[in-house]
Amino acid sequence: MSRGLRLIPIILLLWLVAGFAWRIVRPPDPAVPSQLISRPVPQFALPAALPAKPGLESADLATGEPKLLNVFASWCIPCASEADVLSELRRRGVKIDAIAIRDTPMAISAFLARHGDPYDRIGADERSSVQISLGSSGVPETFVIDGHGVMRHQYLGPLTKANIPGVLQQLDEAR
Amino acid sequence: MFIALAILTQPLLADSNLPPAYWANRQLPDAAQEAKARALMEELRCLVCQGQSIADSDAELAGDMRDLVRRRIAAGEKPSAIRAWLIQRYGTWVSYKPTAEAAAWPLWLAPLALIMIGVWMIRRRIRLKARR
Repeated sequence: MSRGLRLIPIILLLWLVAGFAWRIVRPPDPAVPSQLISRPVPQFALPAALPAKPGLESADLATGEPKLLNVFASWCIPCASEADVLSELRRRGVKIDAIAIRDTPMAISAFLARHGDPYDRIGADERSSVQISLGSSGVPETFVIDGHGVMRHQYLGPLTKANIPGVLQQLDEAR
Repeated sequence: MFIALAILTQPLLADSNLPPAYWANRQLPDAAQEAKARALMEELRCLVCQGQSIADSDAELAGDMRDLVRRRIAAGEKPSAIRAWLIQRYGTWVSYKPTAEAAAWPLWLAPLALIMIGVWMIRRRIRLKARR
């Protein structure tokens, strides 16, 4: 066997080690974004999550006015951390509808009493079926939806104060 | 970075307020349908525990996906249609079944290439021995 060929296993090994090192330094992004961005919201109709608030169906998201669709749950800790940001957006005139994942009316009303209630409508998704049909992979997630009911942007994980200008601009562009 | 990861992984650890969906951990009464559902569930990737199939995962979202698969199979939908429906939402990422798209070509070609290299090495050896 020639000398060059003998080096092949060592080169392969180095390549493998370099690959591992690269993935340790730069871990892959575990987020799974929805593939439905820039496509219409799929048809759905969810019952009201609270007796005092209407439920949510896809037609409510195509009213001619851009909106946020927040996927949340009272049992989700980061959802509490983004509640202030949603309230601030609401104060600035943003319309926010919500889907509550695997939740009960009592837990939701306790959550909203504690963290503030920025929502116009809340649909109850007890088996995450609408969440799956939106291509959403966890809570919280927030979709920017334009007046025709087209999903324009998706935020995976909690919104932070730093997201506010971007969200406002995206809602403006979706007009 | 780690704080961000800790925050992002938090919802995965939290449990919801509801019991598992009806068909999450229950077999379909029709054995043939259950077999179809089972085969499909083993080829769908859990969105939460990303190394596991939804058949193996205890995550609640995986349970809800099993419920969705069993409901649709029971309603007469084909497994390939359910897989396509999920791929439309989550990308080919969600399916473990390799596709023929360009990104997967190395996967199909690597075994062929390795066999060819092996055959070439054996032939070389035989020829060297014969010469001696």
